Amino acid sequence: MQIGEILAVAFQSILANKLRAALTMLGIIIGIAAVVTVVALGTGAQRAIDARISALGARLLSIYPGQSYQHGIASGERVTLRTLDAEALTRDARLLDGVLPEIVRSVQVKYGNQNINTRVIGTTPNYDDVRNYTLRAGRMFTAGDGEARRRYAVLGHAVPGMLEASATEMLGQRVFVRGIPFEIIGIFAEKGSEGSWRNPDEQVVIPLQTAQFRVFGTDRLRSITVRVVEGVPLEQGMVDVERVLRREHGIRPGEDNDFRLRNRQELLNTQQATAQVFSYLLASIAGVSLLVGGIGIMNIMLVSVTERTREIGIRKALGATRTNILMQFLVEAIVLCLVGGVLGIALGSSGAVALSRIAGWNTFISFGAIVLAVAFSAGVGIFFGLWPAWRAASLNPIDALRYE
Amino acid sequence: MADIRREYDMGSEVVRALRGVDITIEVNEFVAIMGSSGSGKSTLMNLIGCLDQPTGGEYRLNGERVSELDDVELARIRNREIGFVFQTFNLLARSTALHNVELPLVYAGVGRKERRRRSEETLEKVGLSDRMRHRPNELSGGQRQRVAVARALVTKPSLLLADEPTGNLDSTTSQEIMALFEALHRSGQTIVVVTHNPEVADHADRQIHLVDGSVERDVRTEGSA
Repeated sequence: MQIGEILAVAFQSILANKLRAALTMLGIIIGIAAVVTVVALGTGAQRAIDARISALGARLLSIYPGQSYQHGIASGERVTLRTLDAEALTRDARLLDGVLPEIVRSVQVKYGNQNINTRVIGTTPNYDDVRNYTLRAGRMFTAGDGEARRRYAVLGHAVPGMLEASATEMLGQRVFVRGIPFEIIGIFAEKGSEGSWRNPDEQVVIPLQTAQFRVFGTDRLRSITVRVVEGVPLEQGMVDVERVLRREHGIRPGEDNDFRLRNRQELLNTQQATAQVFSYLLASIAGVSLLVGGIGIMNIMLVSVTERTREIGIRKALGATRTNILMQFLVEAIVLCLVGGVLGIALGSSGAVALSRIAGWNTFISFGAIVLAVAFSAGVGIFFGLWPAWRAASLNPIDALRYE
Repeated sequence: MADIRREYDMGSEVVRALRGVDITIEVNEFVAIMGSSGSGKSTLMNLIGCLDQPTGGEYRLNGERVSELDDVELARIRNREIGFVFQTFNLLARSTALHNVELPLVYAGVGRKERRRRSEETLEKVGLSDRMRHRPNELSGGQRQRVAVARALVTKPSLLLADEPTGNLDSTTSQEIMALFEALHRSGQTIVVVTHNPEVADHADRQIHLVDGSVERDVRTEGSA
């Protein structure tokens, strides 16, 4: 028996009971719509968090100076992280494509007659690239500017406002950092808060060597931030950093690190986990409504089998096999579920769109989720259609023919 | 058919509907199986039609041991070898006459075009070429039964099996249907009719009378043919 014939019979029987079919489908429609909406919400929330992570730099590791320990007791001075360490990392590390040493001090910055206290960062020219800044005006300093220890400064987006001046008029002018004159060569675009207590727009960036030799007179770094090569797991990058720094610091095997390594992603992992639990919870509630819809299908299919007992008898007398009858009822259940599923996807998608428009929630309808929903509704059809179909198939033709 | 027994286990007691029936039906015979209700004729018909399996004895159809076949093979035999005509017509109410006749061919796996052609041909043979697109509820009783006959014949079965084919019809239409049977018989069709109506049985050329699950009389008549 061809599949076209089976489908035709299934549609015919659904159309013969339009109202009943529609009400049955309603259960599936609501179930699938709920699942699609919830999954869209969950995916949207996930994406929002992922976006924050990549804004923070998902591939970034931070290295801070640590304490050296011997037999569990802090010994000697606090070990420092020096510019030499950054050079070693640039030279020897194999899995990093960005090394960003930072000397950071909070100092007085003067412009005209305005006077503020803010963070000044001495760093390398790849600062904007690694930290994901863009320039609003002017340019970033170059490696050559660093070599020449030029007194060039690039201002954070909020700095001109703090100094009560406009960004455009400041470009090319002088600011005084600790009384030392710097030429303003660039201004960053706004980055916005990353959720940390430090505002990334309230800072002045100057070349590392200028900071080291002309302003602060130190090679002690607050931190080194490194970027792991795309596609390499952060853990491998951490191993690479440890390898280079332990050798550089002459740490023997078995001794503890004298620096601390932090994975910036960890900060957000908790948040992500919370969002996940929430979306699982919602999805399971949606799943329950789908289950109820499935039971509705089963109920109606059982009614349909009883109602059509005589028809089953006739078909068997005319040569239908068990499989033919089984397929006929199964296909009918699957068609009900699939049509309901498609309508449910339409309803759920518009629900998700409406939620993001009206409530402003992040939603994202993924193709995968839709495929999953369709497969799931077909699965519901098979699962809940199987028993009624099997009952129909195993009817005795004589009893079925006699049934009134 | 040799020593056919069919026993029904009705919980506490065993009902023996057929207690050893031996009959042989030759090709191109027109047989009427007669008996009052409870004589076992319906049981016998179900067995002949492969709707039921005997609890004992052997049934051969065209040399094939039907009593040993499984569900799929029985379905195939019902489909290819036997054409059923029921008292209550048993047409699918939602389908047209043509589609009803096509149905056995659907299960036989015949292609769409071939199906249509053979069904139209068979409907023509029973004189219903102008009613093909009608549903059963738009047809008279006689016409419905003719659709049923066409459906039974469309697979060119070895045996046409009719259970009280005129039971729900008035006498005029009954005559028409029996005339149709006789015509089919003349063209070589083997026919078995189960009935309690002597007038119907008179059309056959052999009458088998069942009483209490056994053959009481097996007589050849001239019939009207």
